[in-house]
Amino acid sequence: MGPNTATTAKPGSVDDQSVDAPLLEPQVDNQRDLPPEPSGVMECEDLNVYYGDFHAVHDVNLIFGRHEITALIGPSGCGKTTVLRCLNRMNDLVAGARVAGRVAYHGADIYDSKVDAIEVRRRIGMVFQKPNPFPKSIYDNVAYGPRVIGMEVDDLDSHVEGALRDAALWDEVKDKLKQSAFGLSGGQQQRLCIARTIATKPDVILMDEPCSSLDPIATSHIEDLMVDLREQYTIIIVTHNMQQAARVSDRTAFFTARPDETTGNRTGLLVEFDQTKTIFSNPSDRRTEAYISGRFG
Amino acid sequence: MAATVVAPQVLSTSKRGHDSSAGSLLFLAALWLSLAMAIVFLMTLVVTTAVDGAGRFDSALITEYGSKLTPDTTGLRAALLGTLWLMVTTALLAIPIGIAAAVYLEEFADNTRWYNRLVELNLQNLAAIPSVIYGMLAVGIVALVGIQRTGIILVGAVALGLLILPVIIITTREAVRAVPREIREGSLALGATPLQTTWRQVLPSAIPGIATGTIIALSRAIGEAAPLLIVGVAVTVRFDPTGIMSAFTAMPIQIFNWTSESREEFKVAAAAAIIVLLGMVLLLNGLAIFIRNKFQRRW
Ligand SMILES: Nc1ncnc2c1ncn2[C@@H]1O[C@H](COP(=O)(O)OP(=O)(O)O)[C@@H](O)[C@H]1O
Ligand SMILES: [Mg+2]
Repeated sequence: MGPNTATTAKPGSVDDQSVDAPLLEPQVDNQRDLPPEPSGVMECEDLNVYYGDFHAVHDVNLIFGRHEITALIGPSGCGKTTVLRCLNRMNDLVAGARVAGRVAYHGADIYDSKVDAIEVRRRIGMVFQKPNPFPKSIYDNVAYGPRVIGMEVDDLDSHVEGALRDAALWDEVKDKLKQSAFGLSGGQQQRLCIARTIATKPDVILMDEPCSSLDPIATSHIEDLMVDLREQYTIIIVTHNMQQAARVSDRTAFFTARPDETTGNRTGLLVEFDQTKTIFSNPSDRRTEAYISGRFG
Repeated sequence: MAATVVAPQVLSTSKRGHDSSAGSLLFLAALWLSLAMAIVFLMTLVVTTAVDGAGRFDSALITEYGSKLTPDTTGLRAALLGTLWLMVTTALLAIPIGIAAAVYLEEFADNTRWYNRLVELNLQNLAAIPSVIYGMLAVGIVALVGIQRTGIILVGAVALGLLILPVIIITTREAVRAVPREIREGSLALGATPLQTTWRQVLPSAIPGIATGTIIALSRAIGEAAPLLIVGVAVTVRFDPTGIMSAFTAMPIQIFNWTSESREEFKVAAAAAIIVLLGMVLLLNGLAIFIRNKFQRRW
């Protein structure tokens, strides 16, 4: 039980968004024709996560579609980050974290004892909430991944350039590749982190509230970028911002936290998972509807 | 609305500040006095020693061997070279082991295991052990390896290395701990192994802190006489050290030896030698401060 739990009891953070969240008026820009069922690259079956004795996430079942953007939304503390970090075994690094259930990547359980977590993370990359460039040059930040995983590239320079172009950062940094990444703005740093991730050519990219520390212009850069990257990658994004989910995602999973009667601990659970346009225009669960419309339930 | 809420708070804090201002001024004055006293003592010591040694700041002090027969030109040559050899050997022994131990404890050790917790606990205690004990420990260790001669650079370096090991481990752990978790996670999320992450991210980021701590530790070791006396370092040496198996003498030993002479010339030479040793310590500390300021990183 972290301090988070106490604050999540009040839907304060949701109120901010309810101001401009139109009442069930879907602003889904991203109207693609999708198959009704995603063709799964990754899949969670009855995923349960515990931090010590604390049951953080209960029975999550999700399928993440290939070349789709799946958004995980919900009030803070409902376990979005926890679920995301299970998808590339980053939770292995948290002392006391325990995962039950199945997380499949192309049908294979990534928590199988024969599977190497390092290998998993090479296929399933991650971009964090706060931009975390390495204290190295811009070039070395991008080249780091290919170097450590021993990737065979014909020409590292053009590989780095390609990753920076894909991350829509090349034009801004091409003259200062040897300078420290710390000199970049927050939005540029986050795009650098995306470039760094795609330089290792992962299959899936996980993003945990990648715009939460960025201004609106930087945010819209990253959102455009995500839509571009969807052509090549499967993207799973946690976001606090419903407009963002509506703008970029193909499918949306809505989570909430349910307090335990006896202990008062709040366990996260998946309420509804559907195409984004359905979630935003015609949700089937009252709690989803209340959250989308700003009346938090 | 906001202004009416803020204003009384501003007033009340300024009032509280005013109430205690006499007391806090007094306290501040007491602090300044303590500081001034410390500085005055230190300066007096340095100045009187420098005045005492003034007659011997000549080239013979550096270039000549110590001599009982010609006290006017007795010198530090053997002691200076011995200390140099000793410090380099100590650093080569203690730094790699200290860094490796610190990195293991900080990055890889499972601190729910009793043996890791035991090491943790003892590290703090180890730093407080009197330095003589390390001399005895060094003699014991080399005897186990089968080295019979003890007054040699290697044995002295083992003693001083053991002496500064806890300090190196503790400061390295602090430097390693200061590297943010985000950096480690960023590296691991790209598919780097924990070892690659330590080697390519954590250690380079921690180097300024490690260097500073290590230099401070060495500057403590450079003035240690007690463990070297236990090891049996020679007092009069009239040759240059040739290797780590060579007999030698060191600055603190030479100073100790000269101060116990009754003739005035040796007292002057001792004072001059103290200033030389002090200069070496200041140089090391200055280097540490330089490294810290130059490479300091704000996350
Ligand atoms: N490392 C951790 N140790 C213990 N509890 C944690 C840890 N990380 C998250 N939690 C708890 O798990 C719950 C879900 O957290 P999180 O996944 O971060 O939620 P979200 O990302 O939806 O805000 C919260 O109650 C939080 O306090
Ligand atoms: Mg989160």
